[in-house]
Amino acid sequence: MKLQRKSGLRALTVGAVAITGALVLSACGSDDNDSDNSSSPSTSSSASSSSTGGGTNALGITCADGKILSSGSTAQQNAIESWVKDYQQACSGATINYKASSSGEGIIDFNQGTDAFAGSDSPLKPEEVASSKKVCVGGQGINIPMVGGPIAIGYNLPGVDNLVLDASTLAKIFNGKITTWNDPAIAALNSGAKLPSTKIQSVHRQDDSGTTDNLTKYFKGAAPADWPYEHAKAWAAKGGQAAAQSSGVAALVKQTEGAIGYFELSYATANSIPTVKINTGASAPVEATTANASAGIASAKIVGTGSDLALDLGAAYTTKADNAYPIVLVTYEIACDKGNKADTLPLTKSFLNYIASDQGQQKLSDAGYAPLPPEIAAKVRTTIGSLA
Amino acid sequence: MTTTAPPPTKPEPHRATGPVTRPGDRIFAGMARGSGIALLVVMAAIAAFLTVRAVHAISKDHGNFLTTFEWTPSLNPPVFGIAVLAYGTVVSAIIAMVIAVPIALGIALFITHYAPRRLGGPIAYVIDLLAAVPSIIYGLWGALFLVPHMRGLNLWLDDYLGWTVIFHKEDPNSAARSLFTVGILLAIMVLPIITNVSREVINQVPKMHQEAALALGATRWEVIRLSVLPFARSGIISASMLGLGRALGETMAVATVLSASPTLSAHILDPVGGTFSQNIVAKFGEADDFGRDALIASGLVLFLITLLVNGAARIIIQRRKEYSGANA
Repeated sequence: MKLQRKSGLRALTVGAVAITGALVLSACGSDDNDSDNSSSPSTSSSASSSSTGGGTNALGITCADGKILSSGSTAQQNAIESWVKDYQQACSGATINYKASSSGEGIIDFNQGTDAFAGSDSPLKPEEVASSKKVCVGGQGINIPMVGGPIAIGYNLPGVDNLVLDASTLAKIFNGKITTWNDPAIAALNSGAKLPSTKIQSVHRQDDSGTTDNLTKYFKGAAPADWPYEHAKAWAAKGGQAAAQSSGVAALVKQTEGAIGYFELSYATANSIPTVKINTGASAPVEATTANASAGIASAKIVGTGSDLALDLGAAYTTKADNAYPIVLVTYEIACDKGNKADTLPLTKSFLNYIASDQGQQKLSDAGYAPLPPEIAAKVRTTIGSLA
Repeated sequence: MTTTAPPPTKPEPHRATGPVTRPGDRIFAGMARGSGIALLVVMAAIAAFLTVRAVHAISKDHGNFLTTFEWTPSLNPPVFGIAVLAYGTVVSAIIAMVIAVPIALGIALFITHYAPRRLGGPIAYVIDLLAAVPSIIYGLWGALFLVPHMRGLNLWLDDYLGWTVIFHKEDPNSAARSLFTVGILLAIMVLPIITNVSREVINQVPKMHQEAALALGATRWEVIRLSVLPFARSGIISASMLGLGRALGETMAVATVLSASPTLSAHILDPVGGTFSQNIVAKFGEADDFGRDALIASGLVLFLITLLVNGAARIIIQRRKEYSGANA
């Protein structure tokens, strides 16, 4: 017994020594890292602290201090997160909290006065504008388009590389009117491709989503005869299979031969799922890329009045311009045109200014989003400058 | 301690006449009573909240709440109903129970009666570990691993048992995101609860009964059939009901695996259907206030179904009281 206990003790000491040794070593390692890291932020923070006086720092940001809360759309979550990271790194006195819940919840939060700005997949409805007047004293909530993006149509069809479809065939596929891959309508758009007789497994979102809303808006806008339903966040057509979230749709398309589904471009890139090229009537079928989506959004019309910049994408859905991808969505930031809270206004303005700047918008394409086309971006900057 | 006579040296002999209450007694009694009352208040508050919101939603429903398939409370006028959800919830739970109860019983009997002691302990421990896995992990495993690997089994069932209608698959190529796959996943999830409770109950079977059966020349299987199972039956039913409760309410795993659609189908291999909690998690995020009320109404129905199941279990246990451990 005693012997055993002694050897146990010895084992313990050996272990303890080993652990302390490892700790000390790793502490040394992380110390080094820390000193490396701390040297760079300290310079940048000193730069930003000098810039809080009104100048701009290296990123072109005019810093403001304080803390703001915001919430809403998950579609723009990645974009906002990377902007917040950059902004907070450049402006040490600022804290921006974006809770990605859903567009609906973001608008509810905004109209209850808890958000400095909200993110939404669709512009405010008239009744939501009405209730925003309670929060925006002397003003109202306005839509500021900020993050654009293509909705990619991904497919799983081994042996078929450059699948081309158009609005009408897409609507028919998702509505269950075209059921096999070698359907004449698909064959007509893909001369030369070896289309199998596999059944088409169309995949849609099981949860209500702004992506579904925007895709069905496209069907309704570009192929009204083949899409008998209204656009909606909930999937209205019969048939097909459903999966939760864009990640679920992408996973199901990836694992099911003959499947076709829709999701944001980043999911196609991340899972290396081939995407459909759209025959819009342009000289060549258009691929889903961020640049092509920006070109598509460029044909959108601003329908908001005053400083409100709500967009009508109807013209984008039917665009025939070369290299303009028609299946696009634009998400908005929602803020008060007048009557923003005095303590959060400087930081809100400064942050929105940064994300609407060329530098901010350029970051979007890395994450699979589309930068705003220049004309719209210019109007967005003017509106942000006028926020009060 | 209150009834013992006080020693003669005690200065206050009159204390012995009544029960002694010290501050500790009063505090503890108060806390216990408070906890009991708090539970009732919380339950009443939840029930009242659910009922008020649910009645508000159902009163504006332009479909029949019990027989409508679609769930579209955002339409004008709103139309939504629970037919598909109630069917899917019950069917997936039944599939889970059909698979899980025999296996759980087998595991419990193996651990208590067949396995050598060295093996029984580790097996019980591994079963416990199954209960520690979060349900979203089961969901991801189900969607990414189980679904693609169900294809062969689905085709086999469709080929040989398709004539039963239940195992007919409309489109053999569609992914196995069906109530059947959900049932299998739920079976794995409820296995630890049923196994552990059954094992405890089987351990309670008096050794005398089993030895008596052995003395009469019974084999090991006969001992289990004649003395263990009758004695443990009510406990095993309770264990199954506990598992059923979890299967009925499971959310994330079902939402991740099932391909939901407002279709009521007898073919359990088809990727259609839905369950209460799956529907709530899918629709809650983008629902407006009215949509949330409608979801709460569906939650209330799940609450009632669970209540009915538990009530039924109680009645079964009452009927079989003569075998229950309390009378031994």
